[in-house]
Amino acid sequence: MEIPYTTEVRPDTGLTNPKLGIWLFLASEVMLFGSLFSSYALLRSGSASWPHQADVLSVPLATLNTIILISSSGTMVMAWAALKSRSLSTFRVYMGLTILGGAGFMVVKAIEYGEKFSHHLYPLTNNFLGLYFTLTGLHAIHVLVGMVVNLYLWGPGAAMWRTEPRRFTNRVEVAGLYWHFVDVVWIFLFPVLYLL
Amino acid sequence: MTDGAHDTTVEVRGYLMVLGALLALTLITVAVSYLRLPEAPAVLVALSIALGKAALVAMFFMHLNREKAMVYWPLGLTAVVFVALIAFVLWTEADHLFGTRFTGAFGKVAP
Repeated sequence: MEIPYTTEVRPDTGLTNPKLGIWLFLASEVMLFGSLFSSYALLRSGSASWPHQADVLSVPLATLNTIILISSSGTMVMAWAALKSRSLSTFRVYMGLTILGGAGFMVVKAIEYGEKFSHHLYPLTNNFLGLYFTLTGLHAIHVLVGMVVNLYLWGPGAAMWRTEPRRFTNRVEVAGLYWHFVDVVWIFLFPVLYLL
Repeated sequence: MTDGAHDTTVEVRGYLMVLGALLALTLITVAVSYLRLPEAPAVLVALSIALGKAALVAMFFMHLNREKAMVYWPLGLTAVVFVALIAFVLWTEADHLFGTRFTGAFGKVAP
């Protein structure tokens, strides 16, 4: 059975089904991360003492990761714009840069985690590190999932461009919405975990 | 450009400007953190900048500035529930946040 309204706008919603679907999914993701942010607020405000986070974590590495992820969000939207201009080759360049950005983010995150483990700092060490590893770990899983989707669209998934260009463009748009959401989550994680 | 293609030159220029603003705001938020402001203004400044950055991504990269009502409704509801979630948590901890102390029965200050 073919999924309806993948390219045509559904009259009652004014949207394509994938677009409405991704927005509803992202709304649920807001609540998932919201529950963890509220746990952070509860534990920190109720704690008698809290470490100075910038002394425990690496602000320069986190700043680098912020720059990488924000830039990859920029290249992602430009990959979609390239398809709107009917240029698959430009799309491939920008999507490739987006995937590289995601990989770079994961490498920096791995260095950060490795540094913590080498100093015997684990999720069970204290509440702050428990929250740090939970929040950044869940976020990193989201980055990985986005990278897998983007890799598919950059590689084998791009074959759809020849037969159904509008549907492929919509797929890239939906993947982009997810990727930008992952970026937005990091935009809040960065000051909350590293700077405050 | 082939038939039916959409000229995105202006759009791409806009995306680059938004990207530049996001990177500049990132550097500003890091610079402010090195000032070691007292907790309340530090939280206010850092979260205001984060909110501004998130709004830029949502409005321009996710195109929320030109979306349909069907997207705004569920997102609006999510925003309300999210704020309630955070507000109730902070409310339960308000005595710590604002420096008051627990009171026992009949308003007596607990030891």
